Amino acid sequence: MNTLLKFITCGSVDDGKSTLIGHMLYDAKLLFADQEQALLLDSQMGSRGGAIDYSLLLDGLMAEREQGITIDVAYRYFTTEKRSFIVADTPGHEEYTRNMAVGASFAELAVILVDATHGVLTQTRRHTRICSMMGIRHFVFAVNKMDLIRYDETRFEKITADIRRMMAEYEFTSLKIFPVSATEGDNITKRSTQMLWYRGTSLLTYLENIRTEQEEENTGFLMPVQRVCRPDSTFRGFQGQIEAGLIKAGDMITTLPSGEKAVVSQILDAGKPVSSAGCGHAVTITLDREVDVSRGCVLVKDASLCVGSLFTVRLLWMDDAPLVAGKNYYLKLGTRLIPAVVLHINHKIDVNTGNEIPADTTFKNEIAECDISVSDKIVFDRFLNSQALGSLILIDRVTNMTSACGIVLKNIKRSDNLTWQKLEITREFRAQQKEQNPVTIWMTGLSGSGKSTVANALEKRLVSLGLHTMLLDGDNIRMGLNRNLGFKQADRIENIRRIAEVARLMNDAGLIVITAFISPYAQDRLSAREIIGKDSFFEIYVNTPLEECERRDVKGLYKKARSGDLADFTGVSSPYEAPDSPDAVIDTSELKLQECVDQILHALEARELLPARVASASQQAK
Amino acid sequence: MSDMTHLDKLEAEAIYIMREVASECEKPVMLYSIGKDSSVMLHLALKAFYPEKPPFPFLHVNTTWKFKEMIAFRDQTAKKYGLEMLEYINKDGLAQGINPFDHGAAYTDIMKTQALKQALDYYGFTAAFGGGRRDEEKSRAKERIFSFRNEQHAWDPKNQRPEMWKLYNTRIRPGEEIRIFPISNWTEADIWQYIQRENIDIVPLYFAKERPFVMRDGNIIMLDDDRMKLRDGETVQHDRIRFRTLGCYPLTGGVRSQADTLEAIIAETLSAVSSERTSRVIDSDGGSASMEKRKREGYF
Repeated sequence: MNTLLKFITCGSVDDGKSTLIGHMLYDAKLLFADQEQALLLDSQMGSRGGAIDYSLLLDGLMAEREQGITIDVAYRYFTTEKRSFIVADTPGHEEYTRNMAVGASFAELAVILVDATHGVLTQTRRHTRICSMMGIRHFVFAVNKMDLIRYDETRFEKITADIRRMMAEYEFTSLKIFPVSATEGDNITKRSTQMLWYRGTSLLTYLENIRTEQEEENTGFLMPVQRVCRPDSTFRGFQGQIEAGLIKAGDMITTLPSGEKAVVSQILDAGKPVSSAGCGHAVTITLDREVDVSRGCVLVKDASLCVGSLFTVRLLWMDDAPLVAGKNYYLKLGTRLIPAVVLHINHKIDVNTGNEIPADTTFKNEIAECDISVSDKIVFDRFLNSQALGSLILIDRVTNMTSACGIVLKNIKRSDNLTWQKLEITREFRAQQKEQNPVTIWMTGLSGSGKSTVANALEKRLVSLGLHTMLLDGDNIRMGLNRNLGFKQADRIENIRRIAEVARLMNDAGLIVITAFISPYAQDRLSAREIIGKDSFFEIYVNTPLEECERRDVKGLYKKARSGDLADFTGVSSPYEAPDSPDAVIDTSELKLQECVDQILHALEARELLPARVASASQQAK
Repeated sequence: MSDMTHLDKLEAEAIYIMREVASECEKPVMLYSIGKDSSVMLHLALKAFYPEKPPFPFLHVNTTWKFKEMIAFRDQTAKKYGLEMLEYINKDGLAQGINPFDHGAAYTDIMKTQALKQALDYYGFTAAFGGGRRDEEKSRAKERIFSFRNEQHAWDPKNQRPEMWKLYNTRIRPGEEIRIFPISNWTEADIWQYIQRENIDIVPLYFAKERPFVMRDGNIIMLDDDRMKLRDGETVQHDRIRFRTLGCYPLTGGVRSQADTLEAIIAETLSAVSSERTSRVIDSDGGSASMEKRKREGYF
């Protein structure tokens, strides 16, 4: 039976990763004739003066060939007599670290290149750290360009010692160090005649023989549910891939997070009925009774997993926009996608030394440890116990970018002393008593757009119609409730969070709340919408043109911003992200104040948020 | 894992991906090109959702220049499994008489690339499965399994989303779409071995048989219907030929072969001296970067 090895090549730029793999394919006669011809042809124009440039076999993107570097992971497939291989050739530039991480998350073994003329570099350390973090436990170091140091054994021994010192920090199952020359082919597919002092096998021979399968310990069974299959009322099966253990028909399983027990009636392995199935198989499982199971739940047997909503993770940040505590993301873990918030950045990790550095933001390609809270109880485990239920990604809610990948370090148990107190007098009761729908009318727009003026006029009109209201105004809140907050990004997020929480409490009290804050970021307004609840959130975009706002300049702030006395001023030196689909848009440069108010009332009526008595009264008032 | 062969692992990976898409994407479709990779994809989809039928339709973008046997096979397959098989033809292109003989690269663009974009827009599909494999060509080797397209259906190879472990991020904005390649990690040899193991039906054109053809620009081009006119000096030849890939007959080069069984095809594939795409006339237009260019423009 032909086994499969998935490995990556990584290391600093110009350490020769693409060349190493190219040479391996070439020497092992694993190229098609047309590929070989194209290589010889391309090399004529290449940078090696007509000699074969093996890296051209892998750098496939136009930009890569133009710039002579690797930007993204390239996957290559080859089969020798002994084994099938998938190799992910990853980029060496720090800028493309996230693409290197993509390769690492896919591999069982890493071949890390070290340039013999430079030794272990920061980028070598970074890649080693990321390989370890992504779960790789088999390490091969290829000390390359030995030809350039005249195949010097002493120099090789020194680099070997540095590598072993670096590796002391990590867990690994195997570690092997080779002296090679990727361009000359020494110790790649056959032993070098230039380094008789080296007594080991060639790199390819080693890769053909290494065993990477984990010993099947008596681990329990676990399967995250991908989907519920119900072709008709007689069949209800749970589909997913078995991530650990073995399952047999007749086994008693537990469903998580609900904790119900049931017996396995039938197992389909890739559509075919079987009596049992093991780790890695894509199955459909039916149970002997009705249970509350949907996508994101986990079926387990003899496995102990965490069920909770708060945990500590280590993240590799991959987004151009930095991580800021308090920001909301989607988190995907197993088959569960759920809103999440990064509560707190505990510290960053220095890629070079492994030291912890205090931090309140994390930039692209940095590693940080954070506490994350998700909006509901989910099933997870430490990454060390389960790669499937211990790995996660964070997705930006506005751009949909995969902002980070991470691993679960530990479960945080929430204090049991805090439980949400159920109130006997409900929100509905309070609303009914006031004969109104408690909503939050959220006004967003540039400074000077007229938010506060319109908000005041709107409140007066609502009160005159017999409604109960409360107005929250930006500057007033900043002078009281939020006076300990500045204008940094983390503070800005906290500012909006507090306002949204207060608005919600007031809605719970039955009041109609009007808020007037610039709230320039779509992400922040999305968070507010979530806290307040989408049915109670009514967004008004005060779309007065910037020129008009600046002409008014009621507080003299535009003048200051233009002269550089005021940094990060929305519209001038900081962006304003207009809402995609607000409930109403008003332009105070075109409408009279009362017309603005009318427009908002109409929009409220359209969403049936005004009580009938008021709706008719507001018509008469015109 | 120990009881799983290389093919078992590839199969499980593809099924996992298909189930993720069916669960998370709003309106998926499976592109069906009738070739062997499509046959494998269909087989995987039938297995992934069994006993349910695949919870998405199949779409064939027809250039009207496919081999007759391909269309017959498509209709027969759709009927056999009760599939919702959609066909899309670029009507404008057809009306303008765009054809592979007179219009070269423009033909591929109009009848394939543009037709695909129109079809996706017309039906409003947000996710489309394709049978692309990374071993086919160098820019494919760089593409993620979940590959994103902007409102113009274009691919941005320099800014691909990270794809970590098997945590696929399927979130898109309105107007964007995802192309998903569940058999990215399969090689041509894997495809053939799987077809044999699973006894999957494929179009008979893959098997060697005596067929009429002409030699044109060094390629063996089969005469599939009378729309193909002989050039001066061309003579119709008859020999046992077969096809390693299938597409539009005037653009698909055959190979002389005696392989008329799966065993023989596999033996031939494993000892092949040229990669399979060399028999596609369209790929040699524009040099080694031509596939990336077409993909940037929306080609599958």
